[in-house]
Amino acid sequence: MTEEYGNEKYDDEEIILAELLDDELVEQMHDDLYDGLAEEVAEGTQILLDRGWSATKVLEEALVAGMTIVGVDFRDGILFVPEVLMSASSMKAGMALLKPILSQTGARPTGTMVVGTVKGDIHDIGKNLVGMMMEGAGFEVIDLGINVEAATYIDAIEEHKANILGMSALLTTTMPYMKVVIDAMKEKGIRDDYIVLVGGAPLNDEFGEAIGADAYCRDAATVVEVAKELLALAS
Amino acid sequence: MTETAPVLVIACGAIARELVRIKDLNNWEHIEFQCLPAELHNTPDRIPLEVKAKIESQASRFKKVFVAYADCGTGGMLNKVIDEYGIERIPGAHCYEFYADSGDFRALAEEEVGSFYLTDFLVRHFDRLVIKGLGLDRRPQLKPVYFRNYKRMVYLAQTESEKLQAMARQQADFLGLDYIYRYYGDGPLSLLLKPQLTQEGT
Repeated sequence: MTEEYGNEKYDDEEIILAELLDDELVEQMHDDLYDGLAEEVAEGTQILLDRGWSATKVLEEALVAGMTIVGVDFRDGILFVPEVLMSASSMKAGMALLKPILSQTGARPTGTMVVGTVKGDIHDIGKNLVGMMMEGAGFEVIDLGINVEAATYIDAIEEHKANILGMSALLTTTMPYMKVVIDAMKEKGIRDDYIVLVGGAPLNDEFGEAIGADAYCRDAATVVEVAKELLALAS
Repeated sequence: MTETAPVLVIACGAIARELVRIKDLNNWEHIEFQCLPAELHNTPDRIPLEVKAKIESQASRFKKVFVAYADCGTGGMLNKVIDEYGIERIPGAHCYEFYADSGDFRALAEEEVGSFYLTDFLVRHFDRLVIKGLGLDRRPQLKPVYFRNYKRMVYLAQTESEKLQAMARQQADFLGLDYIYRYYGDGPLSLLLKPQLTQEGT
């Protein structure tokens, strides 16, 4: 069947992913991630693996690159939260196939990040996106969940020998707790041993600076960029 | 030349009904309300910009301007704007706090951190602001993604409307949350506004 939009004609015949060349398939997977089509993304992931692609290559070129496009369009106001969440769940479907392979390869992670939503706050959508994007970028991510106390953060960064602590808050009333955590780290004399990144809708650069974080990150894609940048500076 | 009221209140559209009731009750004829769209709550970073634009375009016509917003998720950015003009706003973090009075609200939040709050306005416009606002009409499968950490819905009521209570109950069921009803009326908000908006104080 052919549909007509203006003077152009588009075929809406079903695309057979297995019949596409590698680069066409990767491009199609980017589109499917953008459209939040989890089954198709998982199918594309499996096809690339079956064709001998390494899990790392599939992750970087198909999934992370696709999610980066989603992230940029979210930042530019073209996509909204519901669409990003659908894309994220599609990426998860692909990641579910890659994770067991990646863990078998024993490759050293780029770094380790502990993330959590601060005490008094249960909003975890942004935090979960950060965890997923960081995993996609090769980081080991320890997710402490929601409503996390200072002592829990500190125990986790020490136990897992993390490089990065990421804290999230959606409420004006809970964001000051990030300073409580940073102050507790200072008191223990361990603040400078870690990169501290903060994020959440009501935050901004000024707040990040005022509480003594290393950076405020406005979205998940920025966390990946900043984490890599600061880790490189620290090493 | 048309006569203007000496006090301009730049208000969130979500509290307009309550403000009008409080104004009428107190005979505050000297006040003019100008409301900004309630939808701004889904994009709080825009609130300071919109308030600033309203101040810039309207303030010169009035003796005093007051902003009927709490911080409302702006992370202090609204304060930054109003401080620039020496203007005050309703104290507190958000409207739930000034509807319930801050002591009660803190107690509710401490009792259950996973509380999802509704007001009369939100009950009335649940479909537009919650269902459509979160894209649940297009992507119903996202409901657990948004609401899995919530345990209960707390309806902070400004009126004792049985119709709104029935709607709130249905909305709690829809989200799979326990339902709690607390009636506050306009009292807590009225108490916060009086020192700012009574004629002697202007």
